[in-house]
Amino acid sequence: MSDVIAPLADKDRIFTNVYGFQDWGIDAAMKRGDWDNTKKLLEIGQDEIIERIKASGLRGRGGAGFPTGMKWSFMPKESKDGRPSFLVINADESEPGSCKDREIVRHDPHKLLEGALIAGFAMRARAAYIYIRGEFIYEAKVLFAAVEQAYEKGFLGKNACGSGYDFDVFVHRGAGAYICGEETAQIESIEGKKGQPRLKPPFPAGAGLYGCPTTVNNVESIAVGPTILRRSPEWFASFGRENNKGTKLFQISGHVNKPCVVEESMGISFKELIDRHCGGIRGGWDNLLAVIPGGSSVPLVPAKEIMDAPMDFDGLRALGSGLGTAAVIVMDKSTDIVRAISRLSYFYKHESCGQCTPCREGTGWMWRVMERLRSGEADISEIDMLQQVTKQVEGHTICALGDAAAWPIQGLIRHFRPEIERRINENKGSAPVMEAAE
Amino acid sequence: MADAVHIPDEAETRARWGAFAWTAENAEQAKKVIARYPAGRQQSAVMPLLDLAQRQVGADTQTNGWLPVPVMEYIADQLEMPYMRVYEVATFYTMYNLAPVGRYHVQVCGTTPCMLRGSDDVFSACKNKGLVKGGTTPDGLFTLSEVECLGACTNAPMVQINDDNFEDLTYDSMSAILDDLAAGKQPKIGPQIERQTSCPEGGPSTLKEMVSENHDYRGDWA
Amino acid sequence: MPKVKVDGVELEVPAGATVLQACELAGKEIPRFCYHERLSIAGNCRMCLVEVKPGPPKPQASCALPASEGQEIRTDSEMVKKAREGVMEFLLINHPLDCPICDQGGECDLQDQSVAYGKGTSRFDENKRAVTEKYMGPIVKTVMTRCIQCTRCVRFAEEVAGVPEIGAIGRGENMQITTYLERAAKSELSGNVVDLCPVGALTSKPYAFEARPWELKKTHAIDVMDAVGTNIRLDSRGRQVLRAVPRINDDVNEEWASDKTRHNVDGLVRKRLDKPFVRKDGKLVEATWAEAFAAVAAVKHGGSVAALAGDLLDCETMFAGKALVEKLGGSMLEGRQTGLAYDVSSLSAVNFNTTLAGLETADAILLVGTNLRWEAPLVNTRIRKAIKKGAKVFAIGPQVDLTYKVEWLGNDASLLAKLPEAVVEAFGKAARPALIAGGGILAKDGAHGDTLALVETLGLIKDGWNGYNVLHFAASRMGGLMLGYATQGGIKAVAAAKPKLLFSLGADEVDYSAFENSFKVYVGHHGDKGAHAADVILPGASYAEKAGTYVNLEGRVQRGEKAVFAPGDAREDWSILRALSEVLGAKLPFDSFEQLRAEMAKAVPALGQEGLADYGWSAPSLPTGASGEFGSPIKDFYLTNAICRASPTMQQCSAELVHGETYAEAAE
Repeated sequence: MSDVIAPLADKDRIFTNVYGFQDWGIDAAMKRGDWDNTKKLLEIGQDEIIERIKASGLRGRGGAGFPTGMKWSFMPKESKDGRPSFLVINADESEPGSCKDREIVRHDPHKLLEGALIAGFAMRARAAYIYIRGEFIYEAKVLFAAVEQAYEKGFLGKNACGSGYDFDVFVHRGAGAYICGEETAQIESIEGKKGQPRLKPPFPAGAGLYGCPTTVNNVESIAVGPTILRRSPEWFASFGRENNKGTKLFQISGHVNKPCVVEESMGISFKELIDRHCGGIRGGWDNLLAVIPGGSSVPLVPAKEIMDAPMDFDGLRALGSGLGTAAVIVMDKSTDIVRAISRLSYFYKHESCGQCTPCREGTGWMWRVMERLRSGEADISEIDMLQQVTKQVEGHTICALGDAAAWPIQGLIRHFRPEIERRINENKGSAPVMEAAE
Repeated sequence: MADAVHIPDEAETRARWGAFAWTAENAEQAKKVIARYPAGRQQSAVMPLLDLAQRQVGADTQTNGWLPVPVMEYIADQLEMPYMRVYEVATFYTMYNLAPVGRYHVQVCGTTPCMLRGSDDVFSACKNKGLVKGGTTPDGLFTLSEVECLGACTNAPMVQINDDNFEDLTYDSMSAILDDLAAGKQPKIGPQIERQTSCPEGGPSTLKEMVSENHDYRGDWA
Repeated sequence: MPKVKVDGVELEVPAGATVLQACELAGKEIPRFCYHERLSIAGNCRMCLVEVKPGPPKPQASCALPASEGQEIRTDSEMVKKAREGVMEFLLINHPLDCPICDQGGECDLQDQSVAYGKGTSRFDENKRAVTEKYMGPIVKTVMTRCIQCTRCVRFAEEVAGVPEIGAIGRGENMQITTYLERAAKSELSGNVVDLCPVGALTSKPYAFEARPWELKKTHAIDVMDAVGTNIRLDSRGRQVLRAVPRINDDVNEEWASDKTRHNVDGLVRKRLDKPFVRKDGKLVEATWAEAFAAVAAVKHGGSVAALAGDLLDCETMFAGKALVEKLGGSMLEGRQTGLAYDVSSLSAVNFNTTLAGLETADAILLVGTNLRWEAPLVNTRIRKAIKKGAKVFAIGPQVDLTYKVEWLGNDASLLAKLPEAVVEAFGKAARPALIAGGGILAKDGAHGDTLALVETLGLIKDGWNGYNVLHFAASRMGGLMLGYATQGGIKAVAAAKPKLLFSLGADEVDYSAFENSFKVYVGHHGDKGAHAADVILPGASYAEKAGTYVNLEGRVQRGEKAVFAPGDAREDWSILRALSEVLGAKLPFDSFEQLRAEMAKAVPALGQEGLADYGWSAPSLPTGASGEFGSPIKDFYLTNAICRASPTMQQCSAELVHGETYAEAAE
């Protein structure tokens, strides 16, 4: 069904210090190839950089998979009213299962900073704000220090890298709110407000941070930029399948023998990814129950469907799920699958900003019903009711958190309805019959 | 009643914290923070300043810090923000403590990836040491919270205690960490098993050269 | 002007309109909770969802979506219906559904819209959320469990009232609306959040459990608490006015009313004069109308008659009073009770010429000697709007918190003659500059002339623009001036003339010690200062108990209707004066209210026509050279007249909000 994806060779891995075996500092990073004549990369020219990013086929690594080059091209080429443009880099990595940006920030921060300069330059931004989640305390320390190093070397700031372009990078720490990973909530948060998503339109490229044109990109999307320019868009596009190009940091958690973060080619099959890097499924492949392949927001996929699936945007969409951030949560047969999803429902209830009705009211309702389904203290009809409630939330909210809260439940009902019914029936059987005469 | 924000007694809090002011060092840091944002956009600094203040309160009280109302008002005044707007921010983000916490704020991740790898055991270890969710131990040493995904899922289960992550936990290793802290010892930060960060246990499946040297792979680029 | 199709019907909508507005233009009703025409768009309730093509295949919030060329909007599709039903269900799951004990019942958006979109049964099998009440002050009662988090109150407080003390704390399902630390919202406009709240979360504290909306008779009236002339509706049951709420008039009060306007009404049933009184042996004793009239008739005045008009009077009463004084051979009329004696040779020089609506288009504003927040809260909100559009505001006078950024130049009247360069420069660049001379300037010698001199210096008058404004705060002021209630030299001159017979028409702010030797006839409604000093009391009607014509500070002639009958033996003022005139042998030439109005319109044609009176523009040449500090004529916003002094609600507001007494809430 899919093209055969060759294993990614070490020479084609972008994040060579992903595990932090070596120093993250600027000198070590430069020895690995970062900040190597960045001026020359900038000389490619603003529009041409955007063209090359487009040609590389890079799609946003934050979950939605929007083509990165195209996103950059939405930014104004000149300011007609004197408003500056901003780049915001989303390091608010909070999606359960995701832990790749953390590795980039703490072990390869200079790839991110060099990428920030290039992306910022290409979209004519005056500065970048890197929004790092508050709980990444050590990571933020590294990032602050790395920014300082880059300024000291003249790579950032006035006349960055001797290019004649002035570009600042600031780090802004969050303080504990998943919703700030949503781009407009993130902008609100940088402005010193509660992280409540804005209505769109206006889109950030028109009026974002401080009312100025703004692009929000994921850390990984920005950090791969310099390597793409150095090695060519064709090189990047040589990995993966059509429309799903490049290399990608996968994060495999849950019931594998060796959970890890690893950079692989897009489109690698699930089985190969696990066997090659994670030492297989705990208890063997027969013990696999289901997989959440893209972070908590995407519906789960049962074992038999995921096994040979290509791990990319389209491959997983075909299974009714998604690649998301490539945060692969593996669940073996020991898993209480209803509890696993119910715990995600709790997460979304906890992280709903409370602004709009369906999410504020719906997430709590869904979680409470899920908890009863977990113990079986429910009626069979409530499964359909829950499904309807998820549909009432999905697509009716200001931002995508409502959808994200709905999908895992929908996935559960789609694939594990018999399991839910079994619990209800068992509970009915065990409970003393005490129906009041009505 | 819904989980209303419980604000500690106002009169007492005002008496204790009404005279809050930055230390010289933090005043300097606050200035630096405000300078990160465009002129007139000083409101942007509210989150970092609340964090800074919480740390200062923590240092003052030998705890992990919290945000008394007069401290929030102090920041509001500095940033020329309405008190209500600062208060909203402080109650929206989970990392701001609105009530005092203990010396160590033990934040155990309970979200699914950690749950799958045994966060229940981590909670059991806490419980066994007398920690109660949402409460502080009588000796003022530990406050236990269940938190949502902290972004270290390949090193699950994990806990963040004050500024440090402890990962790849088991019941035993969590117990040992709490014992160490109670005894005034610094436990090893990061994975509690033989493992380099998020690298597969037992050694990397990729980029093996990097283990021993700062390898430059550019030589292999075609 | 984009063309859109709403449910198949094509129409053109104004540029910048939202999809919701387009639907309304097409005659489609769009349900909404968070959207409000006069507040910023929040888009959070999700009730106004419609289907829009082109666009994503999901319903869109119509309140926030700009209408654009070629859109096909459906408000009647299955998708839309389902979406709204879904939102309604979510709104109701945690709503207590305690309509039978909720004061909002019968005028509740949630109740109304649930008829259209509600399910009739609940599928929600969990415990409902309960939220603790929040203290918001003496005006607003809260039952926060009913709150649907639409944030209208939050936006009103920040945007219109300029008092960002209401907010939403916490997040998710625990998000709660509250005032800062549950303290009273320190705003003189707080009552408006009661009207804005689409559910019963914020209701009126003084009106709690008083009545159901369908029991109320609704009367259109004009407010008399200040000179703005707020258009109000008086809701009454039987003989009692139970509440006052604003009517919409974009030229005057928009959709707002001050707390004083709303809540003075409990003063209408307290300390009322409901019987005539005659002073006998130094003591006021009850009398019949005939006895009281006879006592007045016994006065040998010899034509030495004067009348003082109070701040709350309608033009008809003043006209009748004037007619009586003149019939009796007198001529002295005065309404400026506290001693002001400014020149009135040109009414335009004492008028708010920019108009209220015009003020919000001003681009440079100089406030002189005024605390606008207290003298006219709804003028203050217009300035907030002007600032939002870019206006710069300067002020001379005692520094107060006006809720917006003001460049205070100092409290020194001599500044008028030597304005700082920055002000002159700002006004030089302004296309629509405005000066507002408040209560302080009319009390200070030379200041009126100084401000008039600035008309030239600051270029206040331009083509189609008059930026010179005097701000009055007595509802009767402009009408009184039009009727001649101003004597050269002011009330001092009246006192100096030692009138034998003095009619006090609801004049409760006068220092009556200056009229020791006059026989004082008080025609009014409250047992306040005027009644205490009177020799004869003739119980009259308050603004709620009589129809009347009022002229607001911008010269706008407006009419209010009678909501209820005056209590006891009290009568409408004009009819008292008419009856008395007969006893005094000076019969007034009108037998009905209509005839009175016709006579008044003959005498002062502008009063016969609703709308702005045209005073033209002429500036008298007046002495200049004021110096020294401006004072504040209003000492307590909540207690400026006899009605509010009799109002327990206003007393409580004064104690708590002005004098800082805290009212411990009883443990409930």
